[in-house]
Amino acid sequence: MTTVTDGAALDAAELRRRVAGFVAEHDPAATPQQEFLAARFDAGLAWVHFPEGAGGLGAPRSLQPVVDEEFERLGAAPTGREGLVIGLGMAAPTILAFGTPEQRERFLKPLYTGEEVWCQLFSEPGAGSDLAALGTRAVPDGDSWVVNGQKVWTSLAHEARWGILVTRTDPDVPKHKGMTYFICDMHAEGVEVRPLRQITGEAEFNEVYLTDVRIPDAHRLGAAGEGWKVAQTTLMNERVAIGGHADPREGGLIGVVADIWRDRPELRTPGSHDALLRLWVEAEAARLTKERLRQQLAIGQPGPEGSAAKYAFSRLNQEISGLEVELLGQEGLTYDDWTFRRPEGVNFTKRGAGFHYLRSKGNSIEGGTTEILRNIIAERILGLPGEIRVDKDVAWKDLPK
Amino acid sequence: MSEADLLYTEIEEELRASVRALLADRCPAESVLARVETDEVADLELAKELAGLGATGLPVPEELGGAGASWREASVVAEELGRAAAPVPFLGGAVLSAAALLEAGGAGGEVLSGIADGTSIAALAVPLGTPPGAGYPSAVRAEGGLLTGAVPGVVDALAADVLLVPAAGPDGPALYRVEAADAARTAVVSLDLTRPLADLALDGAPGTLLASGADAERALRTALSTGAALLAAEQLGVAEWALSTTVDYLKTRTQFGRPVGSFQALKHRLADLWVSVSQARAVVRAAASTAGTGGAEAELNASLAQAFVSGVAVKAAEEAVQLHGGIGFTWEHPAHLYLKRAKSDAIALGTADRHRLALAALVDLAPA
Repeated sequence: MTTVTDGAALDAAELRRRVAGFVAEHDPAATPQQEFLAARFDAGLAWVHFPEGAGGLGAPRSLQPVVDEEFERLGAAPTGREGLVIGLGMAAPTILAFGTPEQRERFLKPLYTGEEVWCQLFSEPGAGSDLAALGTRAVPDGDSWVVNGQKVWTSLAHEARWGILVTRTDPDVPKHKGMTYFICDMHAEGVEVRPLRQITGEAEFNEVYLTDVRIPDAHRLGAAGEGWKVAQTTLMNERVAIGGHADPREGGLIGVVADIWRDRPELRTPGSHDALLRLWVEAEAARLTKERLRQQLAIGQPGPEGSAAKYAFSRLNQEISGLEVELLGQEGLTYDDWTFRRPEGVNFTKRGAGFHYLRSKGNSIEGGTTEILRNIIAERILGLPGEIRVDKDVAWKDLPK
Repeated sequence: MSEADLLYTEIEEELRASVRALLADRCPAESVLARVETDEVADLELAKELAGLGATGLPVPEELGGAGASWREASVVAEELGRAAAPVPFLGGAVLSAAALLEAGGAGGEVLSGIADGTSIAALAVPLGTPPGAGYPSAVRAEGGLLTGAVPGVVDALAADVLLVPAAGPDGPALYRVEAADAARTAVVSLDLTRPLADLALDGAPGTLLASGADAERALRTALSTGAALLAAEQLGVAEWALSTTVDYLKTRTQFGRPVGSFQALKHRLADLWVSVSQARAVVRAAASTAGTGGAEAELNASLAQAFVSGVAVKAAEEAVQLHGGIGFTWEHPAHLYLKRAKSDAIALGTADRHRLALAALVDLAPA
């Protein structure tokens, strides 16, 4: 097997060589995916910027796309990983940054292979944009903690083995200071997952009720009281999650509407032509912007454009889907399916226009509202002065709720 | 379709730094404000210094005295000229004329050398508002090598010593070289104070044939399309100036006991503008990468750039005026130079609407 200590410099060529060697030794066609990925983890080719022994090689982060592309080129890219986004994108970097050696050893590998699904227990009914106001209480009891509270907008909670959880452990200090971060066993007694029906009719997300849930102190991530700092690491990684591939022109919803326009001349009106062209131009500009960001990441120079990409796409999706419903006229009065159910994967473009219109309303709320993203751009990128804060020095328990 | 490199190379960044340093030294806002009040708006000394840096001959082949680089590098120069609202005859000469001559080949080499080394300034004799897809002009007629006709609103014609004149010749479209001294040139009072326009009148002016028929048509179309791509870079520079100047101002201006830039209503507007400007940069880079290649992808990217960046530059300049408050409405503050440049640029080489229509044809989205 390719070892991680054969002395060659870790550049792109060396990594390609290692991937080729690895694939030669582990026939992807004949090896079950989990087994293949476990071996890939052991070879340090899971996420090469992680340290040796934790699925990586201590290589620059910018080389990971080289590895992913090489696996793909050799027909060995893993499939069906959509349900692992929280684990791979958020839990893993947080465990790497704050986890004990035991925690890394226990959690990273099954997270990577897909054996264990993760979810994120952050938002609460009373703590949305102001996440630091959260009130789920964790009280120490011997060598464990007892947790009570409610989380919301938890995707994958019904499939998850583990959740990353932020709690209030000290209500007597200002809100950012009294939090603690845990890994929560979703199979533990007192964890109740309920589907949360959304405006599309279905339930992609859940509410999670935590009633006297016992979490061992060994599953604390970071120090008690440092939960905010740990959560920041998680959220930072949420925003850099961006694909390694260029999207094709008309690859998104604009392509759906453009095809309707091409296929259905009877629907065309001058006003909708103008609207379509304006949106086509904006969609292409957004696509090129994302491509530029991808190129920056590929050379290890992430730009601040990342925080803007999501914002731009959410607005575009909303406008394009609004046009789609209207363009369809009489057909736009119908809806494909209001059934209350859990969707199987998110296959956005396969659903009808009404679904596109309604689902895209969530795009400007989930993962940071448009209003918060604008604040972030204005304050962190443009350097404009922050909001006047009335909650910074007040104990959490004294804040208006 | 493989994706173009949308980043800036080290060489491009070095070029940007040297152009920016020259403009900071020779073209600060106060001197532009003073110059637009004179009869000599175009700064020909500055134009020579730009040529001295190699900034006017980037896509010109080395054997003609150019840098043998591409429109990508020229696009970086255009960004900086836009950021400074520099009154130099770059668009008419180093962009439109050079692009036409590079496509036409042959006898135009001498003019290209002059553009590259700064000894010559050329202008392309079409109204500045002409979009790339317009029909070949017939306002000027050529008979026996003599040209007669009128062309309104030609950019950089006053500063030019050479005119490239599209004309209807005896055998159809033709592109001629005419000495500027042989044409009557009348200055136009232009909306953009920093970009002089002139009406041209030719009355039997002797011309040298550079290209005819399909070659002439292709040369003009490529020139206008390349011009559209490079103009978008200039517009990006205008937008960047407007955004950064406004952000800086809102950090220092206080009202109601706090910096104006701490009000969320203003922060969100500037955040939106920043998003638009970063998108404009990606679009401009894409257009610069395909400029001059003459294919459908070049035309698509150029029209995309005009359709998108025109609005961004105008919005940025308008926001600069509004968010500066009273001072932004004065003659003494440079914001108006950029507003006038932005609005004029949005019309130059075709409005956004015309470019959207061109895109509709290119991507098979026929009108209703």
